[in-house]
Amino acid sequence: MTLIARDLTVEAGGRPILRGLDFTARSGALTAIVGPNGSGKSTTLKALTGDVAHRGRITLDGRELAAIPPTELAARRAVLPQAASLSFPFTVLEVVRLGLIDGLEAAQRHLPHDALARVGLAGFEGRYYQHLSGGEQQRVHLARVLVQVWTPVTPEGRARWLFLDEPVASLDIGHQIEVMTLARDYADAGGGVVAVMHDLNLTAMFADSVALITDGRCDAQGPPARVLTDDRLSRAYGCRLRLNTPPAGGAVYLLPQAAGGPGEAGL
Amino acid sequence: MSLSVILPLPLPAARTGPGDREVRARVVMITLAALLALTAVASLSTGASGASFGAALSALARGDALDATERVILFDIRLPRLALGMLVGAGLAVSGAVMQGLFRNPLADPGLVGVGAGAGLGAIAAIVLGGLLPAGLAVYLGHYVVPVAAFLGGWATTLLLYRVSTRGGRTSVAVMLLAGIAMGALAGAVSGMLVYIADDSQLRDLTFWGLGSLAGATWTKVLAATPLIGAALVLAPAMARGLNRLALGEASAAHLGVPVQRLKNTAILTVAGATGAAVAVSGGIGFVGIVVPHLLRLLTGPDHRYLLPNAALLGASLLVAADMVSRSIIAPAELPIGIVTATLGGPFFLWILLRNRGVLDL
Repeated sequence: MTLIARDLTVEAGGRPILRGLDFTARSGALTAIVGPNGSGKSTTLKALTGDVAHRGRITLDGRELAAIPPTELAARRAVLPQAASLSFPFTVLEVVRLGLIDGLEAAQRHLPHDALARVGLAGFEGRYYQHLSGGEQQRVHLARVLVQVWTPVTPEGRARWLFLDEPVASLDIGHQIEVMTLARDYADAGGGVVAVMHDLNLTAMFADSVALITDGRCDAQGPPARVLTDDRLSRAYGCRLRLNTPPAGGAVYLLPQAAGGPGEAGL
Repeated sequence: MSLSVILPLPLPAARTGPGDREVRARVVMITLAALLALTAVASLSTGASGASFGAALSALARGDALDATERVILFDIRLPRLALGMLVGAGLAVSGAVMQGLFRNPLADPGLVGVGAGAGLGAIAAIVLGGLLPAGLAVYLGHYVVPVAAFLGGWATTLLLYRVSTRGGRTSVAVMLLAGIAMGALAGAVSGMLVYIADDSQLRDLTFWGLGSLAGATWTKVLAATPLIGAALVLAPAMARGLNRLALGEASAAHLGVPVQRLKNTAILTVAGATGAAVAVSGGIGFVGIVVPHLLRLLTGPDHRYLLPNAALLGASLLVAADMVSRSIIAPAELPIGIVTATLGGPFFLWILLRNRGVLDL
């Protein structure tokens, strides 16, 4: 099952943000969207979730995304925004419960507690959302998003999707790995995960597919080892970068210092 | 609120953990219903004349006929006044709660941000210019001319306010409050012009209307206010889950399957209808829409599934109690009820501001 976007174009204030971007994500895989600041990563995700007006075609399992009724879509797909302010004094439990929509999950009263435990916030149920730190608030929303599409595959065998906008942006390294593992597990269980990522190392560690966005277009999409190359990243980010492989083998990692100190890529 | 909703009480302790305020909200709902019944009985028994509700009831129970004076006092003066107080109180509190949910802001109150002034302009226009209506329409609308005009005025103001203060799904508190001041001033100016051109009999009507009081309560007024406020009270619970999710922002609410545009339209119509009808029959009664929802949020949290019905109950009780105060404090004369609610509500509003100074993004 696939999410396919073709020729996405988005303009803001007369300026093009996305210029004919192509993107594909499969269920059972974690697809990361990376790119430098202002390249259009977040806008890509917003176009994929229908939050910005766009031209181009987006299909989910062959169906036009815009033609799927909102309630059906809500049962298939959950979206974690980058930052969410909350105007009223909700408790953590109440926020997570907002994610329980009619259907599969609604009857399971313990689910919000399970989800909070899954994001490392067991025991936070009675705390006020406003009293938490930024990273804790982000994980509360992750728990809310999780209860919305708790089982990665519906009983009818259709994959469900998580769309995550910088899910680890304000987290410490322990929680970064916890959240990425959670996303990885969701994909391994058959669900689809699309995540906007800043951290290239975490991307290399956890993603099955990486889309590198530069200047409103998809520069390349494929497995991390193929997309994340010295040349391509140095060009995209405008600084010298060198990739390495840890002794144990497997994922690549990068250290700017391995490229011979700071400086322009000399393009 | 049907009994079946509140019956599953008490829940087993195991199902109510920390952060779960649903049980408390249900207890509060029952308590508020009892409180409303008590205030209603007290209100029927209080007044300048010695007539007492209890005495009348026992007279009826004995099968004695009430004497004419008692009957008039209870059934033509106190009962319509009680009914109007409950309607207006419930309407103002619910429209406040809905508006705060719509604007995602605890300071949005129809009276503070110009919706009351817009509804007032509609009411004044209906009184002064009502003669210009095509005769057929005027007859058709009958006693509903003023409430409908107030509803239209409130609706236009709410719609404009939302357009001005909300961009990209986010409401700016500062813009909302300032736009409310501007529109209140504008509505006041146009209202002033209308008053200036009004003739003597219209001026008398305007003066009675503008007192901000339940003193002129009649069954006609109760009937005039019932459809709009009734519709708001019936629609409100259907919006509760949507308003809860709207607190996450419009985009997140939409991702949870909330039909955001329809919810916003319903909310705006509800606010305008309830505020308009309340203003049309009672003039401006301030602060009920902000005090009641705020108190309830402190008590049971912001969940609109409980906030909205509880606000209707507490709003009704509060207004009936305030009316009792307004009738008895300088008896046999009456203090306009708007003065009573403002005396209580003004300091309360300042207290909310003080408490939230650090949190509100002004």
